[in-house]
Order: sequence, then C-alpha cells, then structure tokens
Amino acid sequence: MYKYDQYDQQIVDARVEEFRDQVKRRLAGQITEDQFKPLRLMNGLYLQLHAYMLRVAIPYGTLDSRQMRMLATIARKYDRGYGHFTTRQNIQYNWIKLSDAPDILADLATVEMHAIQTSGNCIRNISSDQYAGAAADEVADPRIWAELLRQWSTFHPEFSYLPRKFKIAVIGAEEDRAAMRLHDIGIQLVKRDGVLGGRIYVGGGMGRTPMIAPEIKDFVTADDLLSYVEACLRVYNRYGRRDNIYKARIKILIHEIGADDYRRQVEEEFAHVKSLGLDPPKAEFERITAMFAPPSFVAADTPATPFVSSEVETPASATGVSTALEANGDFQAWRAQNTAAHKQPGYAIVTISLKPTGGIPGDATAEQIDLMADLAERYSFDELRVTHAQNIVLPHVRKADLYAVWQALDAAGLAPANLDLISDIIACPGLDYCSLANARSIPVAQKIATRFADQNRQRDLGELKLKISGCINACGHHHAGHIGILGVDKKGTENYQLLLGGSGAEDTSLAKITGPGFDEDGIVDAVETVTNVYLAKRAEGERFLDTYRRVGMEPFKEALYG
Amino acid sequence: MDKCNTPLPLAGGAGGGPVADAPANPADSPSPNPSRKREGDRTEGDEPAVTLDAFLDSQTNATAVRLEAGDDARALLPYLDRIALVEVSFPTFRDGRGYSAARVLREAGYTGELRAQGDVLVDQMPLMKRCGFDSFAPQAEIDPATLEAALTRYENVYQKAADGRVPVWALRHG
Amino acid sequence: MKLLTGNDLPTGDVLWWTGSTWSRHVEDAGDVGDRGESIARVEEGARRVNGAYVIDATATPEGPRPAHIKDRVRALGPTVRPDLTLKPADPAAGSWVI
Repeated sequence: MYKYDQYDQQIVDARVEEFRDQVKRRLAGQITEDQFKPLRLMNGLYLQLHAYMLRVAIPYGTLDSRQMRMLATIARKYDRGYGHFTTRQNIQYNWIKLSDAPDILADLATVEMHAIQTSGNCIRNISSDQYAGAAADEVADPRIWAELLRQWSTFHPEFSYLPRKFKIAVIGAEEDRAAMRLHDIGIQLVKRDGVLGGRIYVGGGMGRTPMIAPEIKDFVTADDLLSYVEACLRVYNRYGRRDNIYKARIKILIHEIGADDYRRQVEEEFAHVKSLGLDPPKAEFERITAMFAPPSFVAADTPATPFVSSEVETPASATGVSTALEANGDFQAWRAQNTAAHKQPGYAIVTISLKPTGGIPGDATAEQIDLMADLAERYSFDELRVTHAQNIVLPHVRKADLYAVWQALDAAGLAPANLDLISDIIACPGLDYCSLANARSIPVAQKIATRFADQNRQRDLGELKLKISGCINACGHHHAGHIGILGVDKKGTENYQLLLGGSGAEDTSLAKITGPGFDEDGIVDAVETVTNVYLAKRAEGERFLDTYRRVGMEPFKEALYG
Repeated sequence: MDKCNTPLPLAGGAGGGPVADAPANPADSPSPNPSRKREGDRTEGDEPAVTLDAFLDSQTNATAVRLEAGDDARALLPYLDRIALVEVSFPTFRDGRGYSAARVLREAGYTGELRAQGDVLVDQMPLMKRCGFDSFAPQAEIDPATLEAALTRYENVYQKAADGRVPVWALRHG
Repeated sequence: MKLLTGNDLPTGDVLWWTGSTWSRHVEDAGDVGDRGESIARVEEGARRVNGAYVIDATATPEGPRPAHIKDRVRALGPTVRPDLTLKPADPAAGSWVI
C-alpha cells in the first residue's frame, strides 16, 4: 500500500489548516455561502437534505485497518454511528456539523486520509479495480498509475475550476470491475511488446446523457501519462461548455466535436506539454511501485489462523476446512458466491456484502467497520478495498482461513452470500438523504431484496446486476444495470422507470427504458416480471443480460405492458 | 483598494509569498525579451488594455491586451515580445478558462505582467499564481493577511506548473 | 400557505421560520405569505440560517404539511431510519411523509 512521506503529510496537514481557516471565515461572515460552497465542496462537504454530508476520499478504494478504524471512529465521534460506502469507492457521513468538519479532517490526516476533491468541478478521487494487486487476470497493478494521478490531480492549479466534475478510473485487467468506460477518462493497462502502457478512453459517463467513452489513444507509457492527461484536460478546460451545467461534462464536448477532432487537439497539445517536463522521473514510478509490492504470501498448506475478538471466537482447524465445515451449507454458499480467484495459489479474494436482505445498500455501522478492520489485519495483510458496487473486499485471504473469516462475518450480519446476484443492489441514497433526488431509492432496494430473499431463487437467476438511482444524475448507475431503475417525480409522487440491458463491465452497454414507469410496489412487480421472462427464455448458460441481448426488448415489454 | 483598476501586485502589497514574483520560464522556451523589467507597482498609469480582437485587427502596436474568458490565448503567441500586460478576465469565479490562458502564455515564454481581473477570490489566488499570474485586480476587497496566509500555506506542491516551484517528485529524487 | 425553511449554518440542522425565530420542528412553522424572500435575506445576512428558501405547504390540524415529498422527508428525517427521525418513538411517522 502507498504510505505518505513527509511531503504528502505536509500537504494534507496544510489542507486541514486551510479549511479550518475557510470555515472560520464563513462562520464569521467574511465570505458568503456562494463563495464558500466551492471551497467546502472541494473538501467533500455538501449541504444535504437533513444536514451537512461529508464524503471522505478512499483513493482507488484501498484502505488499511488503521484507516478503516478511523472511519468507524468518525462515525461514532462526529456522526450517528454509521457510514455509507458509495459507488465511487468513498464513504459518506450524513449528519456532520460544519463546525466539526475541520476536526474531522484533522483526525483523518493522522491516518493519511482526507476529503480532498471528493466534490466540486475538479478532478475527483481516482477509482480503480477493487481486486487490484490480487486478481488472477491482472496485467499490472493499476493503483500505481492511480497514485501517480492522485498526486498530479491534487490541487492541480489549472484544473480546479473545470466546466464540471471530472472522474478518472484505472484498471489493470481484461475484466472491467470499475465501469472504466463510463468515466470521463478511463485507463486500461495493457502490455505491448513487453512494455506496459495505458489505453486511454475519454468522454464516458452516466448522468442525464449517458455515453460510453471512445478510445482516444491506444498506448501511453507511464513516462508520458501525466503529460497526456494534462493535454486531455487542457482541451476540455478550454472548450468544455460553461453555458449549461447539463452540457458541461467532457462527454458532451467529445460528442459535439467528435472523437477524431478531440484526439487531434489532444495530440497537438500533448506535443507541446510534453516539452515542459511535467512528468516525474522513472524513479518516482519505481518508488510508488515498491509500495504496492505483493505481500509475503505463505505456502498453501500452512495451518489456519484462529480469529479471536470480543464478539466471536473461532477454533483453529488444521486445514481450515474440515469435514464438519464442509457440511455447513451457508459457508459453502458464501464461499462459492463471494470469493474470487486470487493470483497466488492458496489464496482467495473475499467480498463482504453490505447488502443484507432488507438492509440499506452500502451502509455499515461503526462496529461492523471495526470488525472488517480486525479481519483485514488478521487475515488479509492489513488491506481492505471498497467496491463501486458498495461492498468491501478483503483482497488476500488464505483459503485455509475462509471459514474463520466467514464465521466472524456471519456473526456480525456481514455474510450475505449474494455477490452479483439480484439482491446485491447498487442504490444511491435517494430522497431519504439527498437534496437532488426525486424519489427514494433505498425502500425500493429493500423491497426487491425482500421479494427475492430466497437464496435458491437468487442463485437460479444467476448474475443479475440491479442498480437504482433516485434521480437522473445516476449516482446509482442505473444506466449500467442489467436491470436499472430510475426514480422520477411524477406530479409530486415518486415514480420509477425500468431499464434493461446495461453493463458497466468490459461488455459496456447502456440500458434502455422499457416504457411507462411504475409506482413503488409496481416496480417491484415489474422486476419480478422481467426475471420471469428471462427464466422462460434463457438458453443454457445465459445470464439475464445475455438473454436480453439475444431476444431484445419486445418479450419483456409484452410481459410488462401486455 | 476596491475596484478592478487597482491591481494588487503579488510580491508587493501582500507581503510576498515564499516564491519569487517573476515567473519561471520553461528552460527550453526562453523569454523573447528577457531584458525588459516589469514594475511591481504598475497600476493606474497603464494604458487601457485593448480587446483581443482589436489587438489582432488593427492595434498591434498596443502593449496591453485584455483576454475575455472565451478568448484563445494562443492567438497572442506571435506577439508576446511586444506585450507588457495581459489582463485575463474572470467573469465569475467558477469560470476556470483563465487558468489555462495563463499557463499557455507563460509556457510560451511570456514574461510581462499577467493580471487576473474580475471575480477573483482570495482562495483562488494561490492556484492562479501557480499558473503564472503575478498581479490581481479582484472586484471585491481582499484582506492582505488572509492572502498572505493563503500564499504561504503550502510548503510543497505536487505538480510542476508555471511558477517555478519544485514539485515533490523532484524533491524526492534530487 | 408558504413556509420558509433553511439550515442552521454551524450544525446544518433543518430549520423552519416560525414568524419570529427558527425552529427545528415543522409544526412550529408559520405562514410567511409573500415575505419569505425578504426574511431570508435578513436572516442569511445575520447568519441565523443558511440556504433559506420558500416552499408551499398546507395547513392541517397537526400543523403545516409541506406540499412536496422532498420537504416532508426534510421535515421528518430519512424514512428508512425511523430511529434517526424527529419522531423516533412514532413508528407510523413515515406514513406522514408519503
């Protein structure tokens, strides 16, 4: 993992003091709310429906146990005992006081964390693959590139007042677990003739005008990365629309001038920018790379590690998975559903689902956060990840330890065996918390998860990514759902549109609206209806998405609207 | 000092930051006119800045040019050696095009005065300075102590920009 | 009727204009008629409220009820966390919103 040196620490500490001064000036009336708003937003502080909301950055979704525990501490000390993990791999607190915000940032700074650029019209927190450094299908660890970009984008003097927000994702595998092409810039690491480089996609996004990013450059080496991205941003800052907030994202610029013209301008700017010496030397890349070196994995036959905490105690077993344990159906179901292949033999990647039936997707209590930190420390080389699907990952768990991990999770209500199933729902906070929302998202997620609570039924439906947004801004990624739901305001009441056929994976596609919307109970029925169409029409081995792509919208429409 | 025709020179009135007021030029693009020296207190005696269109159309003997937010600073690059002042307009503090305009001019070797005028907030001035601005004509009054604190707050920066500051990656690796 | 609402500057708490001061309970809110904007300007200037705006509401025997669901959620709290609303002891409070 990346560790701050004195320079990183000084910068984050200075930020705390800067914000403390800005808050003081605001509370003293020296600056207006209009002037203060961009300053607080660039520190992740929103004024939401009920209170201030603080969004804390989790760079590329990576945390250690000390940082995770600090997130629990903040939930207890300054909020109401819980936090909400978001689709951008961050965490949000819903009940923050402005007067506490500087102290919260100071506490975060003690564990190398901050809320820098988690909002505002600037380059946001860099997101990445939650399996980075562990995935069996990885070309290289994308977090090294993401960290280079994090530093470059932090307080970027030229790009802090862009036309609109700007989101960058980096992945290092063929499988896309980060919705890379639905970002303003998506970077996929690839090898060409043994040399590592990035394929650059620009102009993707969701929101009211969803677009899949076109490829702008097939290969950029790490030596040129920052100059190239600088050129991408400069062209955007110059020409991105500022007359209409809804047309200000880079996707609209590229759509209007075309990918070829944009590429030409970027290349011209890059030729100039590259001469300025903006790229750090190889030694910096190597310094960061060394910090992401693989942990000291142990041989596969090493005995399991017992887990002891105040709440749970599990016995050690010689092999980790004894005959008695194999008989535990719940464990086996969880293991089959929530673990993924690790590049190191004897290890697995564990996803902790924050989607219990009837729960609030992405929410975790301070106690649960602490427990996940404990498990990471003991079983996962002190590492955790946040996923864009609002779950938590323990990236490096020995297979021999899986049972102990599961037991501890199960005791804390953290072992739903539903990764990528219909109840593993992405949902934005919606109208229960968000001042932009038109409809509530969470109650719909709860009702759908409850309707499909039967585990066998969920498993029979197979991979089915259901994503709910409470407004057109699409924080709940409804455009990328195999089934998407968009909440709208219909003459003062909540109404829900149904979308089908989206994907945020490597087969990126945008979902299409089925037709007229439904009320809250109607949308739950509608979801059940389309799953029934799938069950009736599916061919061997087809996921819901595959069947939809093969048979098209008509059979679903027919079933929904007759 | 309250109105836009009273620019605030960076190194003078504000007590000065930790960094020299003259912008550093990229090593490979030397100033076309390195001998001309800028006055820190050049203010109300300035000739009025002409618009970019006027400058390009007929007034190429003017030495002060005003860039509106949407103007392309690259149009000035052939004439940098005869310009003493470029005033960049910020119609609202949210409009960040002027930051790129400043970088473009400094990267091309412009050494004259570069003034940020308009809805320019104190918390933006450190970033503007990094982009190469060396004087400010904010619409609203700026508290000098707040400005000085803002300009001296960050001992380190992550990027190489137009102000000659050494980024941390260079400090890390000598 | 028209209500004036906003947030407390230091705490962010939702506030309602009673006619003479600010309350955290919508039941205390008073009709501002067409004076909402001018009250908001004065109160924001004095930093007694932040982001104030006028909404439509109807008078009921239980007090004013905001016309729009968003303002009703604002007045109560998140419907999915009754324990965190202003009426944690009333399990039926959520039905007031919808």
